[in-house]
Amino acid sequence: MSRATTEARPFEAGRILGWARDNGVYVAFALLVLFNAVFTTNFTTTATLFNLLIQVAPVLIVSLGMALVIGTEGIDLSVGSVMAIASAIVPLYIGYGWPVAVLIALVVGTLAGALNGSLVAFVGMQPIIATLALFVGGRGLAQVLVGGQLQIISDPSFLALGQAEVLGIPLPVIIAGVLALIVGFVVRRTTFGRYVLAIGGNRAASYLSGHPVRAVLVAVYAISAALATIAGVLATARLSAGDPSTIGILIELDAIAAVVVGGTPLSGGKVSVAGTVMGALVMQVITATFIMNDLPFTYAQILKAVIILIAVYIQRGRGSV
Amino acid sequence: MNERAPILEAREVTKRFPGVLALDGVSFQLQPGEVHALVGENGAGKSTLIKVITGVYAPDDGRVLFGGEEVSFASPRDSQAAGISTIYQEINLIPMRSVAQNVFLGREPRTRFGLLDTERMNREAAEILGRYGIQADVSAPLDSLGLGTRQMVAIARAVSLDARVVIMDEPTSSLEAREVEKLFGVIRQLRDEDVGVVYVSHHLDELYEICERVTVLRDGKLVHTGDLADLSKLQLIATMLGRELAEVEGHATGFGEEHEVGREPVLRARDLTRRHVLHGVSLDVRPGEVVGLAGLLGAGRSETAKAIFGAQPLDSGEVEMDGDEVKTGSPPAAIKAGIAFLPEDRRSEGIIPGLSVRENIVAAAMPRLSRAGLVSEKAQNELVERFMERLGIKASSPDQPVGELSGGNQQKVMLARWLCLNPKVLILDEPTRGIDVGAKAEVQRLIDELADDGLGVVMISSELEEVVEGSDRVVVLKNGTVVGTLSGDEISGENIMAALAEGGSPENGEEAGE
Repeated sequence: MSRATTEARPFEAGRILGWARDNGVYVAFALLVLFNAVFTTNFTTTATLFNLLIQVAPVLIVSLGMALVIGTEGIDLSVGSVMAIASAIVPLYIGYGWPVAVLIALVVGTLAGALNGSLVAFVGMQPIIATLALFVGGRGLAQVLVGGQLQIISDPSFLALGQAEVLGIPLPVIIAGVLALIVGFVVRRTTFGRYVLAIGGNRAASYLSGHPVRAVLVAVYAISAALATIAGVLATARLSAGDPSTIGILIELDAIAAVVVGGTPLSGGKVSVAGTVMGALVMQVITATFIMNDLPFTYAQILKAVIILIAVYIQRGRGSV
Repeated sequence: MNERAPILEAREVTKRFPGVLALDGVSFQLQPGEVHALVGENGAGKSTLIKVITGVYAPDDGRVLFGGEEVSFASPRDSQAAGISTIYQEINLIPMRSVAQNVFLGREPRTRFGLLDTERMNREAAEILGRYGIQADVSAPLDSLGLGTRQMVAIARAVSLDARVVIMDEPTSSLEAREVEKLFGVIRQLRDEDVGVVYVSHHLDELYEICERVTVLRDGKLVHTGDLADLSKLQLIATMLGRELAEVEGHATGFGEEHEVGREPVLRARDLTRRHVLHGVSLDVRPGEVVGLAGLLGAGRSETAKAIFGAQPLDSGEVEMDGDEVKTGSPPAAIKAGIAFLPEDRRSEGIIPGLSVRENIVAAAMPRLSRAGLVSEKAQNELVERFMERLGIKASSPDQPVGELSGGNQQKVMLARWLCLNPKVLILDEPTRGIDVGAKAEVQRLIDELADDGLGVVMISSELEEVVEGSDRVVVLKNGTVVGTLSGDEISGENIMAALAEGGSPENGEEAGE
């Protein structure tokens, strides 16, 4: 081998790593789909596709908010509990009509998120601790609200939110898609999106550039909670019942995984919304692959863990340029 | 000084960091029973030397001797066990535990059954504190005490570890005048007990009160060591800054002649006050004027700059722009009023390394480049293009992450961030630090041009030449107070140093209004 090639190698390695960081999730997704198309019976049917998309919708919606929070170098552990609160509030107020019930859930959820954000922005608490309180207490509160029991909901117009189809596409999938487009637009085109990235990239510099750092932090956590509330409402409608004991359990971890696998670094300063969508899909397809092939689910968890580790490994170099 | 065997010695110590020679063959000797001042400006190598001695860093070259024997401590813990105690600015004790527990941290006396012997611990702690005239309830939690007493506890802990060398890094920075006196009492007692004390401080008056010998570092090199009494304050300052007293000012920077200065100040800062930091600093800046802020490390230059920009909390004081009061404590308000601020530490406070050159340039201009919260890509790209060209920013494209650029180009990006706002007053904190010679002259020429165009500039620089040649007026700060103002022909290195040496120095915190 000539000297030139050996010298070029580290540069090439860096480029490949950088490329993998930004596009690895798409490759993983393509490989998974290809694998299933060949080996899994009935995988390439619309029924399977929609089933998959319906299942991924809540995780995806939560992941969008999580991506924004992680973009500010934060984390939001409380999303699952916020979903549970939404799931408890809806049956309580469904008597006034579903729009009122959903609106109340949204207000409560957003306020809870703003409280998280205030702890981070004004009190200076670490995000993991600030959101831990709501993570622990939120679900308990939700269970108290419904008296610890499953609340069956029969209002058909509410259930439609989780079960209807528009032009043959399930409504939750459409809602998730629209939200993803909105969040993508916010990150790319709005001043708010720029502030999020600047705060995550260098909070002191952002402050000294006159950015409203605290307000943005409060808003980011409020948005994350509002999105979690929507996810909670959709999951409730899908289930036809308010069930704070099961809805949103462990979803914060799935969301963090989707964000990280999608190429958004935990160190903040960068948000990939398209990557986050893909990350959520990859995780869901893995689950589907194992279930549809009657493989033990435990192995799906192990494969997910490996993929998360790879994603974190690839992102490790960032920031030390 | 009677020459005895030194208790602590560094011989020709060299330490390199990527791109920096932090210590270049520095030697240092500490006798038992002496208080030795270690001084130098920012980046002189004081902290690095301390860290090499205490085992935080291993030297690349040279040796450290303790008690006449060569040592190489693997960690600060090792050096502490051997008898070198370091007391840092931020006290590294545990605030929630009792005074006695802190004094005995890590070596608590035990009973026969292996349990904590609290009684004995409290008794012995009280003894140790009493020996140095420190009055404190040993069973009270540490954070119930004042900062000064806490510092004393840290020292008591150090000496109770049978320290033979105590290193103090800016021990008085958070102390009241009364507490400083007490600290000095303790230091004198240590000296009488034959302990060697290394005293790092930029309060020159303190050095003359407590230290017998002095070692001066500059740019990682040893420039002077000897008895402090042989050196006047002026000589000491000249040695720290690297100026010969009689030296004729050459022309070493990219700055040109004086500027035409407007008559009415555009910026007026009045009585900026912050306990322990600023004691009533006032400052005027006229359009087209470059006001240099001179002073030693810790004089309050950066704090003054940040206070004007709203990024340093104030106890009192006012800032006016064109006669209108500007809300203090709020950078957005300052920016809106036309004040721009280039921070000293580009890496930690300036650039956002992961974002592109484009996003870094427009970071402060966001409110102007957007309508209803949407960024106007067109206006943004025009602005970025214009300023990249005007300042000659070299990047592969506006999309390149700013962290990949050279220091000089990063600094130009920072300047572009502020200039694109068309400010009326530009505050520059060390505008040419850490950039190469070519970029430095370019930045200096740019500052000149900006002043010619009528911008009011406040410039902080640790390089005397820069202040002397670049400023139309120089305000000299010392201990958070203005101790002199020089203009026209008065501006010279000599006069600045004279102001620093003679200028009144109110005792720390005395006028803090308690």
